[in-house]
Amino acid sequence: MSDVVLSVQGLETAFSTRAGTFKAVDGVSFDVGRGEIVGLVGESGSGKSVTGYSILGLVEPPGRIVGGRVELDGENLLALAPEKMRRMRGARVAMVFQDPMMTLNPVLRIGTQMIAAVRAHDPVSKADARTRARDALGIVGIPSPEERLDAYPHQLSGGMRQRVAIATALLHRPAVIIADEPTTALDVSIQGQILAEVRRLADETGTAFVWITHDLAVVSSLADKVCVMYAGRIVERGPADDVIASPRHPYTAGLLASVPSLHEPGAPLPQVPGSAPPPLQRPEGCAFRPRCARASEACLADPPLATFDDARRAALCHHPIEPDAWTSFSTSTASRNAS
Amino acid sequence: MSAAASAPSRRARLADAWWEYRQSPVAVIALAIVVLLLAAAFLAPLFAPQDPYDQAALDLFDARLEPGSVGGGGYVHLIGTDGMGRDLFSAILYGLRVSFTVGIAAGAVALALGASVGLVAAYYGGRIEALIMRTIDLQLSMPAILLALVLVAVLGQGMGPLIVALVAAQYAYFARTTHGAASAERRKDYIEAALSTPLPARRVLFKHLLPNALPPLIVVATVQVANAIALEATLSFLGLGLPMTEPSLGTLISNGFQYLLSGRYWISIYPGLVLMVLVVSINLVGDQVRHVLNPRRGR
Amino acid sequence: MDKFLDIDGVSKRFVKETTLGERIARAMGAGGPPEVVRAVSEVSLSIAKGEVVGLVGESGCGKSTLGRMVAGIYVPSAGAIRFDGAPVAKPAGRRVEKLTTRVQMIHQDPFASLNPRVRVVDTVAEGPVAHGIVGAKHSDDYVADMLTRVGFDAAMRRRFPHQFSGGQRQRIAIARALAMKPDLLVLDEPVASLDVSIQAQVLNLFQELRRDLGLTAIFVSHDLGVVRHVSDRVAIMYLGRIVEVAPTRTLYAAPAHPYTKALFESVPKIGAGRGVFKPIAGEIPSPLAPPPGCHFHPRCPAAGPRCRREAPRLVETGPGQRAACHLHDGGVA
Repeated sequence: MSDVVLSVQGLETAFSTRAGTFKAVDGVSFDVGRGEIVGLVGESGSGKSVTGYSILGLVEPPGRIVGGRVELDGENLLALAPEKMRRMRGARVAMVFQDPMMTLNPVLRIGTQMIAAVRAHDPVSKADARTRARDALGIVGIPSPEERLDAYPHQLSGGMRQRVAIATALLHRPAVIIADEPTTALDVSIQGQILAEVRRLADETGTAFVWITHDLAVVSSLADKVCVMYAGRIVERGPADDVIASPRHPYTAGLLASVPSLHEPGAPLPQVPGSAPPPLQRPEGCAFRPRCARASEACLADPPLATFDDARRAALCHHPIEPDAWTSFSTSTASRNAS
Repeated sequence: MSAAASAPSRRARLADAWWEYRQSPVAVIALAIVVLLLAAAFLAPLFAPQDPYDQAALDLFDARLEPGSVGGGGYVHLIGTDGMGRDLFSAILYGLRVSFTVGIAAGAVALALGASVGLVAAYYGGRIEALIMRTIDLQLSMPAILLALVLVAVLGQGMGPLIVALVAAQYAYFARTTHGAASAERRKDYIEAALSTPLPARRVLFKHLLPNALPPLIVVATVQVANAIALEATLSFLGLGLPMTEPSLGTLISNGFQYLLSGRYWISIYPGLVLMVLVVSINLVGDQVRHVLNPRRGR
Repeated sequence: MDKFLDIDGVSKRFVKETTLGERIARAMGAGGPPEVVRAVSEVSLSIAKGEVVGLVGESGCGKSTLGRMVAGIYVPSAGAIRFDGAPVAKPAGRRVEKLTTRVQMIHQDPFASLNPRVRVVDTVAEGPVAHGIVGAKHSDDYVADMLTRVGFDAAMRRRFPHQFSGGQRQRIAIARALAMKPDLLVLDEPVASLDVSIQAQVLNLFQELRRDLGLTAIFVSHDLGVVRHVSDRVAIMYLGRIVEVAPTRTLYAAPAHPYTKALFESVPKIGAGRGVFKPIAGEIPSPLAPPPGCHFHPRCPAAGPRCRREAPRLVETGPGQRAACHLHDGGVA
């Protein structure tokens, strides 16, 4: 398919606390192609955000990256000196946070901040930097960008601020943007606008996105590929449409089955029993075992990576679901209405 | 993603807090000093060579002896004697006792009063809040020492008036801190849930609002005990605090002050050193407690 | 229709609190007028006994404010809310006095709605004991019973909230509300802060309780899928007004208001394929300065001159379906 710009291989990030050490990210591997959007899906505590921070070398103590490689165009970011990594961030790989105020300074005008961001990596004149900032705002669909440059962050709505954050991330045409739940705090109609812009950006500029989210619907309508995380591991990955149409890992299947809009109104929802284990109390072998209907003795051992469809899909499971065993989804899909 | 461990009991949380506290060796040393001084002060009768309150045991022939001298009592005056022939080591131990008593008593009463006032202001809001908080702002804009001076001058000398003066000078800090913390808690959902149940106002105030507004008060209380001790010493130094017959650290410093220029440094310096070490240690402890209680550390 | 809960022309205005300085400036003729947010304006809605009504909308639409007025946390600035014929709350100075225990509320975030320093057993018991619903002596059994009812291990009732996961906490919050023997529940985004796999557990619990206890409920949510799942009827709100109200099936099959239609189309759907949604153009206006006429007209593809002048009334567009749009009331011209 498309050539790989970002390749994460066996990434491990550990946190040391008084109660013990655990791997928030435990051997995560995935590839991102040029212009591709990869959805990194998981529930709270699954390690999806830590994965994002690890890629950018933004893990802070007590967290520490303890293994694996993060290759950007073949160069291992984890081996870079801190100073080189700092120069890489914002230029070749950038981050968008759930709260845009993580990157926006409340007391500076949008223009001032974006110009500084341009000139941090490129020695251009202020006028040129301003032009680039204005263009970037235009690209993310901000109306009258020239005026917005003179605004302060608090004068913008949440959706506009998030667009500014995305525009700032785009300033240096990075190869990859890591976006951590960027639309979670926004209203649905505004979320839709941003998702549409991001899809267009990826297609037109070739910028790749790692889109971290808990929302399967967002992944379904935005991403090319999806990686589902549970308890620090990617338990299933593959093309988004395929994974959602026919999940192979019981956890993915459980998540999909519990979405209310896919069922008759009022019908009992198939639920995944229990809740995700706290990081220090993960079960041996497959961490999903205690909640899994398909679990057996075999699951006490670490699950193998089963691959399907010429290795385009994979599931970390002893008992992956066969494609024809997954029917409840398609039947109930047929009966659903507008939502 | 948080590194939160699951289901620790209250005792385990206390252990966690202590672990957190231990991360600063300076704070541990400060805490050890405070505990040591507290023990020394309250166990003073057990090992002080002399009871400085016992006028009969004082001998003016022993006055102003240098450190290490042996006086009429037949024992070594480790750090000398004062102008009235008191063994300075004993006097400091008893003085510490007075300072601690005054500081803790004043701190406790100021805490109770200030917390109630601040809590009421935060809970009722509106005019009541405005009235209370503006009064407190007004008071905080005056130097605490000035208010204490006036009150002591009016009420006279002695332990009781002194504590009243210190409380009056300090309750405002507690009130303001409580008000701030309680106003923040007041907006939280669990208070809204309690009000919409509805629970009686008293229960919401004391069962829900107060316990959650308390942590920042612990820090203020620690620091205010140190301040009360320092303030008491200042008042006593100025001759408005405790009488010579019941010497606190401040009285001792004041008492030795006149001899400083005549080379008898020890009468002022040693009580002064103890006062300084005590106040600094309590403040260091308070600092670290603040650090441990800081909710943003997200333990 | 049976008006178990009657929301009658209710408005709620919030005036931004002024500082002393601003008041002085204003008294001397300087400074602008006070900022007023019309969180809810002239909303009427009645709910029958045993009915679950979903309140849907985006931020600033007033759904939470309306829910809180029903729950007796706020009192309306105008209009009346009557529950079983009597008001839920009355103003008492600057505060609100709630007049009934029969309406209870469940908050969005169970990490915020449970007092971290109170044991589960006390959290659930204090309301019923304070109101004599159960004697203090029997409260422990009563709590155990309530917790079992929400699928919670009653043996864990001596623990503190921080020892539980989000889903468990939300069950505790539900048990606390049920312990008051409510006839009407207001649920404010009760599953929005929960993980997807936990949401289903709580939604199933709600359905079960509803069936067993015959609960009447207002279910406030931004999630169209969740609301469709639990509600008999749905009211769509936009900037303080109800723009459409209809039985759930009707609304999802044939929305009448342009905003409802646009909202449905803008929501990403699972399995619908990539990019198959049409975002609504434009921003949500500030509730401090809503557009004149129909609040939705600046974003509405069908807007005409009348929409800028005149606020539309709610008119019948089908059986049980009402929409506030000039398209259904004489045209937009």
